[in-house]
Amino acid sequence: MTALTLADIAPFDDEAPLLAVAGLVKRFGDRVACRDVSFELWPGEVLGVVGESGSGKTTLLNCVSAQLQPDDGRIAYQQRDGRVADLFDLSEPARRLLMRTDWGFVHQNPRDGLRLGLSAGANIGERLMAVGERHYGDIRDAALDWLQKVEIEIERIDDTPLTFSGGMQQRLQIARTLVSRPRLVFMDEPTGGLDVSVQARLLDLLRGLCDELGLAAIVVTHDLGVARLLAHRLIVMRGGAIVETGLTDQVLDDPQHPYTQLLVSSMLQ
Amino acid sequence: MSETAAPETAGYNFAYLDEQTKRMIRRAILKAVAIPGYQVPFASREMPLPYGWGTGGIQVTASIIGPDDTLKVIDQGADDTTNAVSIRRFFARTAGVATTEETTEASIIQTRHRIPETPLREDQIIVYQVPIPEPLRWLEPREAETRKMHALADYGPMYVRLYEDIAQYGRVTTAYDYPVLVNGRYLMKPSPIPKFDNPKMDMNPALQLFGAGREKRIYAVPPHTPVKSLDFADHPFTVEQWDECCAICGADGSFLDEVITDDRGGRMFVCSDTDYCRGRQIAKAAE
Repeated sequence: MTALTLADIAPFDDEAPLLAVAGLVKRFGDRVACRDVSFELWPGEVLGVVGESGSGKTTLLNCVSAQLQPDDGRIAYQQRDGRVADLFDLSEPARRLLMRTDWGFVHQNPRDGLRLGLSAGANIGERLMAVGERHYGDIRDAALDWLQKVEIEIERIDDTPLTFSGGMQQRLQIARTLVSRPRLVFMDEPTGGLDVSVQARLLDLLRGLCDELGLAAIVVTHDLGVARLLAHRLIVMRGGAIVETGLTDQVLDDPQHPYTQLLVSSMLQ
Repeated sequence: MSETAAPETAGYNFAYLDEQTKRMIRRAILKAVAIPGYQVPFASREMPLPYGWGTGGIQVTASIIGPDDTLKVIDQGADDTTNAVSIRRFFARTAGVATTEETTEASIIQTRHRIPETPLREDQIIVYQVPIPEPLRWLEPREAETRKMHALADYGPMYVRLYEDIAQYGRVTTAYDYPVLVNGRYLMKPSPIPKFDNPKMDMNPALQLFGAGREKRIYAVPPHTPVKSLDFADHPFTVEQWDECCAICGADGSFLDEVITDDRGGRMFVCSDTDYCRGRQIAKAAE
């Protein structure tokens, strides 16, 4: 029997990708939603996925976040302890734990991500309680702290999200997601459905939090403005396949693929 | 054994249920005892009384009762309420067993809404009638999902409910059917007993069986099993307290019912456990 060496308990490796997707395929009947999608996401990196409606962006996000089982391909994820595991080889409890600690999901419609019947404080505290926090005062403090971080008045802690404006609901959803200090956040059109000034404020907040917490994120959006502000790197999708990928400024300023050129030229100036 | 039954029940098997059904229920009980707090499905039978009157408890009792047993049935702590009287008579007629109102005399106690004040012993079995066995039901309507939550011990949502109570009212407002964690593993509904009785379930020397007839579930707490009421570290579980003592026997540590005595605001507090109250009155008179 050999003793366990330090190399066996590999510490988290910053030089390796956090998430590596290889040859991902997802079909719905005859319809192919994602065809042979491969990409890597590095720690602390914000990856934008852009493309028109129906290009497979959301399906890709759902597959990568283990909410949909892909038909083919591998998704390798580097866990906190440095071990790399295929998402769909993990047991259900391990996957659930990942979903509520290491990961976060910000839905386009905050009503999908929030529990509308519960108070704002309970919404923020839910993830903490799910992973075993059993001290009311600590949960309360964490909730107050996060309400301040996302610029919601702390007096609103016992109000339900139903009494919140759309922008506040979205910010509450972000607080609720980030309270467990995830390393990877999936965002599906995080600013969709908000008016322009609220969008700007939310983007500003998101960018600040990503920097402050060193979050890696995959942001699905059809809004190239959002992509330019948030994303370090861009993936352009069309018909379920990646047509172009590169640094955000590079893709947006010097698009190579004809479809990307069309997309960029149709952006409102 | 049918010779012990009265003539009008001739033709019925001992304790009403047929032997195959009893065997099936006993298997479910054994499984329930082996996995404390886990809800075992069973093929609940039609009983000659409506759902909600204790069909689950009666089936469990019918499966475990023998000719030598002594049965006590209580409803809200009392031996003389309609349900208790009907169920006691049901078994007296169909099984011909001895019945009693004294907790210490009984080998099987079927109960609705209370645990007797007198501590139970190792040679006793308490059978609870359960209306809704699933503690997560009001948080998660899907049965498949609640089973998965039990399998993964995913009980966070229950704490979210407690959090909401404390945030809104400053305390947990659940006063009966207060959720418990059995043996550090399964979340369990203790049936609608007041939370006053929850501490009695913890490390109780008697076998505790729970039967839900309509929902077709049996679960159990074996003797000497830890049963913990859910709480927060800084908001520990507490039980009800009264400023009054029992108006009849003067008990200050028992669960009291408020009884309205007239239409001019007259009221009194009396023990809900009638046998306990009577025992204390007799002891007092003897002094």
